[in-house]
Amino acid sequence: MLRLKLSSGMGSLRSFVRFISDFAQSHNLSGKKVREVELAVEEAMVNIFYYAYPGKAGDVTLGCEMNDDGQLVIQIEDMGVPFDITSIPEPKLCADIRNRNVGGLGIFLIRKMVNEVHYRREGDRNILTLIVYPERRTCDGPDRSLLSSQQGRRV
Amino acid sequence: MEVALRKEDNTMVVSVKGRMDAVSAADFEKILEDQLAAGETRFILDFNDLEYISSAGLQCILAAAKQLEPKQGQMALAALKGMVREVFEISGFSSIFPIYESVDAALADR
Repeated sequence: MLRLKLSSGMGSLRSFVRFISDFAQSHNLSGKKVREVELAVEEAMVNIFYYAYPGKAGDVTLGCEMNDDGQLVIQIEDMGVPFDITSIPEPKLCADIRNRNVGGLGIFLIRKMVNEVHYRREGDRNILTLIVYPERRTCDGPDRSLLSSQQGRRV
Repeated sequence: MEVALRKEDNTMVVSVKGRMDAVSAADFEKILEDQLAAGETRFILDFNDLEYISSAGLQCILAAAKQLEPKQGQMALAALKGMVREVFEISGFSSIFPIYESVDAALADR
């Protein structure tokens, strides 16, 4: 697993996002998927900066790899306050400006941007794992078997 | 992130280019705050060249809109593309704000 360890804080945010972005691009994820992965990592990092290390700095490690199933596995570790983002209820997405609150929106976006979110506490570490499934390249077109049987034809 | 302001009659068109992340959202919030303090009440946020937005950006847009509410102000969004459009839809912000295909369409509907 490729890793980047930096101190928590907004000064590290863009380095973390660039790290995951470069990794995702080098593994041929689409531009849209790369942006989604960037968003998930940004929201997870900002959450750690504010809640795992409130009012102080601590180390955060971002790791990533492609597993044997072609899934992008992102692992984020900190040694801050225990915080299980999977236990946070979904925000109310009401359409009324006055009553609308953005609290919890970051975590909600993480859940929407990746396919799996797992949290575990190991000793004094929070370990958040995000998994992104491989994209279906022909979402609106014929499936792969049809494509291969029509080789040479314009589809 | 680059932000350009231009006034079209009584409406402030705020064009944003690049990425609005948790770092640059603070700059965007300051720009909106300054315009609100100057008495502007009608805004069109032009996101034609905005390629990325996170919840920090959504938060400043909502904060500005909440301040406009008692002033009968208006905030419309124009030309949302790619992941920016997706984030607005997923977060339910598409149903909070009027959204137009272009700045011209938003201006025509004032």
